[in-house]
Amino acid sequence: MAKEDKIVFCTGGGCTAKLGAGVLSHILEKLPRGEKDPDLLVGYDSRDDAAVYRITDDIALVQTVDFFPPMVDDPYTFGQIAAANALSDVYAMGGEVKTALNLVCFPESMDLNILGEILRGGAEKVAEAGGILAGGHSIADTGVKYGLSVTGLVDPRRLTANDTGKPGDKLILTKALGVGLICTANRVGEAAPGAMDAAVASMTTLNKSAAEISRSYDVHAATDVTGFSFLGHLHEMMGGRLSCRIDGSAVPVLPGAWQAADDCLYTAAGQRNRNHTGPFVQFENVPFAMQEILFDPQTSGGLLLAVAPEEAEHLRDELQKAGLPAQIVGEITEKQDAEIVVSYPE
Amino acid sequence: MLKVDARGDACPLPVVKAKKAIAELNGAGEVEVLVDNEIAVQNLTKMAQQKGYRSAAEKLAEREYRVLFTVGEPAAEEEEAPACAPDARTDTVVVLASDKMGEGAEELGKTLLKAFIFSLTQQDKLPKTILLYNSGAHLTCEGSPMLDDLKALEAEGVEILTCGTCLNFYGLTEKLAVGGVTNMYVIAEKMLNAGNVVKP
Repeated sequence: MAKEDKIVFCTGGGCTAKLGAGVLSHILEKLPRGEKDPDLLVGYDSRDDAAVYRITDDIALVQTVDFFPPMVDDPYTFGQIAAANALSDVYAMGGEVKTALNLVCFPESMDLNILGEILRGGAEKVAEAGGILAGGHSIADTGVKYGLSVTGLVDPRRLTANDTGKPGDKLILTKALGVGLICTANRVGEAAPGAMDAAVASMTTLNKSAAEISRSYDVHAATDVTGFSFLGHLHEMMGGRLSCRIDGSAVPVLPGAWQAADDCLYTAAGQRNRNHTGPFVQFENVPFAMQEILFDPQTSGGLLLAVAPEEAEHLRDELQKAGLPAQIVGEITEKQDAEIVVSYPE
Repeated sequence: MLKVDARGDACPLPVVKAKKAIAELNGAGEVEVLVDNEIAVQNLTKMAQQKGYRSAAEKLAEREYRVLFTVGEPAAEEEEAPACAPDARTDTVVVLASDKMGEGAEELGKTLLKAFIFSLTQQDKLPKTILLYNSGAHLTCEGSPMLDDLKALEAEGVEILTCGTCLNFYGLTEKLAVGGVTNMYVIAEKMLNAGNVVKP
């Protein structure tokens, strides 16, 4: 591989490349929607992870698309991460993956073997998800981008929207936070030893087993934590009608993330998340580094589940047995003045 | 003074370069960092707050911002000897709940408020905090006629906080040009704990 063919990612890859939620909502609000269709169970209005369309009483289609620039140097790993991230939206809705289409942007001048490695990584993850890679679309572009359009199926009666939690529900997070900070630290050569490996292992892990395990429990709402950060997705989960209390010290954090935040390796997307979601959050005694981790944009992050309180510990234990760093991080309450309260022990 | 041109650099490079320059100072001094976007300014400001440096930001032109870091001798000494450097700030909180001062003609109200902010910069005793909400949120955003005065106050150590819900409501989230974003809990707390609340 010639040196200039190495994929280089200096503008911030993965979900740090997402447009800010604030900017986006102004545009989306103005789009013509057409007539309302009662079979569109989840669409624009709910700001959920995927669109869901009911075909019959038992079957609904789950559709999602996700792609972004690389956040790691290795093309095969990048393919795995981008695919795991795209597939995750189907799992967040409680669905099963059926088919996937590749989406590719690739420079004509670059070594095609790199593209081959990206696609190999992606195809392996689609296969692991039990889906079929059924086609794709590629265009020549100045930079590399890859992702998938994924179609899944869900029983519409078992659909887990992101904003249907109930007061009293416990909140479970299935992956540790901090991949945005760690990838950023890695890019400037300041990541702690081993931090990047742990982040890559987390990002390439499918949310498949988390979704399958949680299906046997009374889960009222679910979302996957991606570019808008733990707090941003939690804010969407509250849907303007609920509040929650989070124990900051219970939130799982990847090794090296705290150090990256202490070293001020802040991302632009993290600061946009703080600007957008900060007004809804009241921090009590939470160290600044931990605040940054809670606002950190995640690529291929875990599921955030709202589960009936009496089942929460069982679900957590079963997720942990499956090798996931799942933790109960807080609970949903009736609507309070402060939507999200994050506390931290003295 | 050391100068760093970080225009064209994506985060976190402006912060990385600023930290490196501050380390090169080897003690007290100033570092000027140029960046091309507001988010980079906010990240540089966060770094200054965490590391205990004084910072002041200003917009020089479209896509050109300057952040000036003033690095003191090790901060602990300043804190331990308040008598040597009396704090010019009182425990007064100024609340700007509108982009106008008083009831009456709109144009007059805006002129009066601008004069009020300028007058604040000329006082011996400065407020501890300025809170801005509702239409007051426009005052800390790009295009406000009193940005320079507010930045001067911030450089003197006055905490400037704008209501985030209000910025969202008016579509100004990406336009904030001075101070930080806050929420109603903090606004209520600051007002309750203030020695005086001044609402022009």
